[in-house]
Parts: sequence; C-alpha cells; structure tokens
Amino acid sequence: MTPDLLDAGAETRSRAITRIATAGEPIFNQGVALYVEDLKVAFDGFQALGGLSFTVGVGELRCVIGPNGAGKTTTMDCITGKTRPDSGRIYFGSNLDLRTMNEAAIARAGIGRKFQKPTVFEALTVAENLELALAGNRSARFAMRAKLSGEQRDRLAELVQTVHLAEERDRLAGLLSHGQKQWLEIGMLLAQDPKLLLLDEPVAGMTDEETERTAELFLSLEGKHSLVVVEHDMSFVATLASTHRTVTVLHEGKTLAEGTMATVQADEKVIEVYLGR
Amino acid sequence: MKKTLLLATAALVLLVPFLHLAFPAGHPLHLSEFYVGLLGKFLCFAICALALDLIWGFGGILSLGHGLFFALGGYGMGMYLMRQIGRDGQYQSDLPDFMVFLNWKELPWHWALSDSLVGQVILALAVPALLAAVFGFFAFRSRIQGVYFSIITQALTVAAMLLFFRNETGFGGNNGFTDFKRIAGMPLNTPGMKVALCVASGAALIACYLVARALTQSRWGRILQAIRDAEGRVRFLGYDPVAFKLSAYVISAVMCALAGVLYVPQVGIINPSEMSPAASIEMAIWAAVGGRGTLIGPVLGAFFVNGTKSVFTVWWPEGWLYVLGALFIAVTLFLPAGLVGLVRRFKP
Repeated sequence: MTPDLLDAGAETRSRAITRIATAGEPIFNQGVALYVEDLKVAFDGFQALGGLSFTVGVGELRCVIGPNGAGKTTTMDCITGKTRPDSGRIYFGSNLDLRTMNEAAIARAGIGRKFQKPTVFEALTVAENLELALAGNRSARFAMRAKLSGEQRDRLAELVQTVHLAEERDRLAGLLSHGQKQWLEIGMLLAQDPKLLLLDEPVAGMTDEETERTAELFLSLEGKHSLVVVEHDMSFVATLASTHRTVTVLHEGKTLAEGTMATVQADEKVIEVYLGR
Repeated sequence: MKKTLLLATAALVLLVPFLHLAFPAGHPLHLSEFYVGLLGKFLCFAICALALDLIWGFGGILSLGHGLFFALGGYGMGMYLMRQIGRDGQYQSDLPDFMVFLNWKELPWHWALSDSLVGQVILALAVPALLAAVFGFFAFRSRIQGVYFSIITQALTVAAMLLFFRNETGFGGNNGFTDFKRIAGMPLNTPGMKVALCVASGAALIACYLVARALTQSRWGRILQAIRDAEGRVRFLGYDPVAFKLSAYVISAVMCALAGVLYVPQVGIINPSEMSPAASIEMAIWAAVGGRGTLIGPVLGAFFVNGTKSVFTVWWPEGWLYVLGALFIAVTLFLPAGLVGLVRRFKP
C-alpha cells in the first residue's frame, strides 16, 4: 500500500463516517437561504476555490457567471455534499451546517440540483423519472409498497405539462432528445419541491425557443423558491437578471464582483477577466 | 412470453414427476429417477440465477460470491440431515460420524438447533441473511462498486471455503456432509420423497419469481434500476443508495440460501467445493446467458447452461469448461441481452 492510497482511503472513510444522514428542516428566520463563507477547496495543489463568500436570500433568484475554471461547479459540489471543502462554512438557513451532512440528507433538507450534463434515469419512463423525484418518504421499506396518491398523480400530470413532455410521458427517458432531457431534469427538480434550486448551465444545448421558455419558468419560481443559476450564456443571464437582480461574478475561486447586471458589466476587473472587452 | 414460460415451468415441474410415478419402469413413457433428480437440481440452480439477476441485472451489483450463500443454506440443511442419520452411521453413535472420528464427545454449540427441521431451516436462511447484511453494509457504505465489489465477494467465498475445509470448525472438513438417510423421519431415497423435493423446488422457484417480480415492479425496483444507471443522481434526489442496495443484496442472499436448502437433500452431499470461485462464477454465467435484467432470462439460462453441461459431461467431459467459456464469450459478444434477447429479436 502506498501512502497515497492510504490517504485516499482515510479521506473516503472520514467522508462516509462523519457525515450525518438526517438533519431536519432549515430555519429561514434571518432572511438568508444560503450562506457561504470563506470556502476553500484544493485538488492536488490546484486551488479550485480560494476563499469564496456569498449569500443568497430567501426567494431570491441569483445568477452566477464566471469563466471556465472559476469554481462554479466546485461551489455546487460543496453545497450539495459531493465535495468536502478544506475550510470555510456553508449554512442552509440559519441552522443546517451542510459540511456535516451527506448528499442524500442535503437533498432531503430541501436543496435540489440540476447538473451541467443532464442526468436522467434512461431505463425508466418520463413519468417514472418524475415519480422518483416527487417529494415524500425516501426509505427503502416504504418504496417497496409505495403507491402514487391521487394528489401525486395530479402533481405528476401538472409537471409533465410544465416541462412540455405530456406526449412523451410513457417513453423511456433514454430516447429523449438532449433538450427534452434538460427539461425532464428540470421537471424532476420541481417534483422534489426544493427550497433552494441549484441550476448548473440549465440551457446548454437548448434551442432559442426552449431557452426563452426556461427563463420564464425560472422567473415564475422566484419568491416561492430560492434559485442559484450558473450560466455561461450571457444573453440568458441578462434576461434572468433583468435590471434589478444580483449577479455574482466568480474568478479563480473568489467573488470578483457582485451587483446588478449593469454594475458588473461596468466593473473594470470584470471587463478585464471575463468580458474581455 | 413471461406467462407462457411461467406456465411451462409449472407444467414441467408437474409433468416430470408424473411420468416418473404413473408409469412403471420399462413403459415407453416412464422417466427414470435420474430425470426427477436432474430437474430438481436445475430448479435450485434457476433460483440462484434469479437471485443473482435481482442484484446484477436490476441493481448493477455483480456478486461473484453467491455460491457462499447457496452453500451456507446447504450446510444448514446438511446439519439437520446429519442428525437424522441417528445411530445408523458407521460408528453407530448419536453424533455424526465425522465427530466420532475426530474423537469429539458432544455436539458443538452451533449444532444446537440441528434436531429440529424448522429451527435448522430458519438458521440456514438467517445466517446468510445476517452475513449479507453485515458484509453488504460495510461494502456499500464505503461505496465499493463495480469490479471491486465482485473481487471482494469472491475473496469472501474463498475465505469461507478455507474455513469450512478445516476439521475443527465442525462442518465435516473437506468431506462435508453426506450419506443422508432420512428427512423428518421419512427415508430420502424413495420415489415419493424425490418427487416431493422436486415439486417443492419448483414451488420455491415460482415463489421467488413472483417475489422478485413484485419487487422489481415496485418503486423500490425502479430506484434500484436508477441506482444501477446513475447512483450519484439518486443521492441528489434524497435517497440513500445503501439502504436499497443492501435490501436487494440480503433478499438475493436469502433466495440463494433457500436454493441450497432444497438442493442438498436432493443431491445427498454438501462440501466446501460449493464455495469455490468457479461455482459462483457459473451462477453469473447462467444469468448472463439467459439475459440480465429480465427475471425470466436467468431461469432459462440456468436450464440451458446446465442442460448443456449434462450433455457434455457425458459426451466430452474434459471439454466442458472450454465449451462454457466459449458460450460465455459468444453470449457477451453476440447476444448482450442473452437468450431472452434472441427470442425478442425474432418476435415482432
């Protein structure tokens, strides 16, 4: 056994053992949904996040932009429990320390994530994919006898309408087009009914019309849910942020600028590193 | 197709014993005892293949150590059958012959239930379940996946085999258990008993199939398939994959143990060779040849591969392993969906 392997093993063990599987409900009494402070992550010497801090308010729609390697996906990984940060604090509401929870517990507490590459369950139908995502009991024993209630059936019917997949309801998800898979994943996210939605490049590979519909959908969720949208597509971000919403610009694992779209676009540093104009 | 095959299995289970019992030897329609025994064995193998398919085909977990659960079930039953010999053994002692040979004076503690058929059957199912639960919990919690899981399950069965080879563990060493005389006070080698065991194996297979079908069609089954295809995504939906994989693994182990319980009285012997790596790998081949992820496929595969084996071990004994290897390669290359996939290809 090489020391490297032993270290890797010790890390995996600590990850598996120390993370708790149940946590409870977040409390939003401070008006803050997500609180990230001085987050640091290094991979093999590469500093992916170098002291990132930001907060997302309850019901806020926050856009996050940044060039490749700025740490957008790593941030998502830290929030959802996929990656363990080296230092820093991440709180969901004022009470839940996300660093101590595992992925499933974080998801159950009310954080939903849409991945950059759409990941749907290809061997299952569209309706079955949504069924698994529907909020409810997550235990294995319950799943053996679980039946959809009338209320859940209605919710499912409503969801396939929302994501424009009503006609594809009973098709295998593996047979959908790329754009349809994106929609299905958004539908699964909605089915989870999370308090905070993390959307990693949600419109990648979508047609202009689909992009427009996605923007409308996200805007309709604002207020009821908190949203963090990470996107490359500037026009999409401009549509979402409009004139009054906050945009966070990441660069080399830190917050470079924060403010309205007009403010960050006028920021000297932002122009230098990202917009390149 | 599923219904047809289920009915065909049921018909076979009833027809073979009927032809054996209803027509006297020498009658053209008479089937000899050999075929009843063979069918009984195949039915037990089919249960194993079905059990393996539940975790491999649906959960993506390839266990190459299921022979261990089968053998533990078999040993559990074997202990009871050894005690049923009573004083009819070589040494005319109350203790099984191998214990007399080792100069033991009383039964070891783990033989405490061996007087009772029910108690021993429960033990034969509970021990594999417990082992699968403990081993599976640590393996799945540590996120051991894919080929690594296959290798450690293989190592587990080899370790158990070495343990059972030792005389002092109290399982008859390399000879295992044999020379069984009776079960529940009735002699084992009567046509009626053979038929009864064969029919019981058939009933067990059908029961296991129905359980597996109900499970795979439930939400639990869909989550298991989702874990197979994208485990990370399942976690982000809030499900803990460990609970699902573990329950599938334990159910599968119990089915295998049940097959072992029924197998041993029919073949009349159990020894550590059932825990050899080859025995477990063969189970995976039955499932793969029949068609993974279909439930009916592995049953078909177990019958097909073992039928071929019966033919070849008579006709060309030393060639069987080559044939098995060639069959496995051919199925992997040309029939990824197995025999069931072949049937589906020709059916619109």
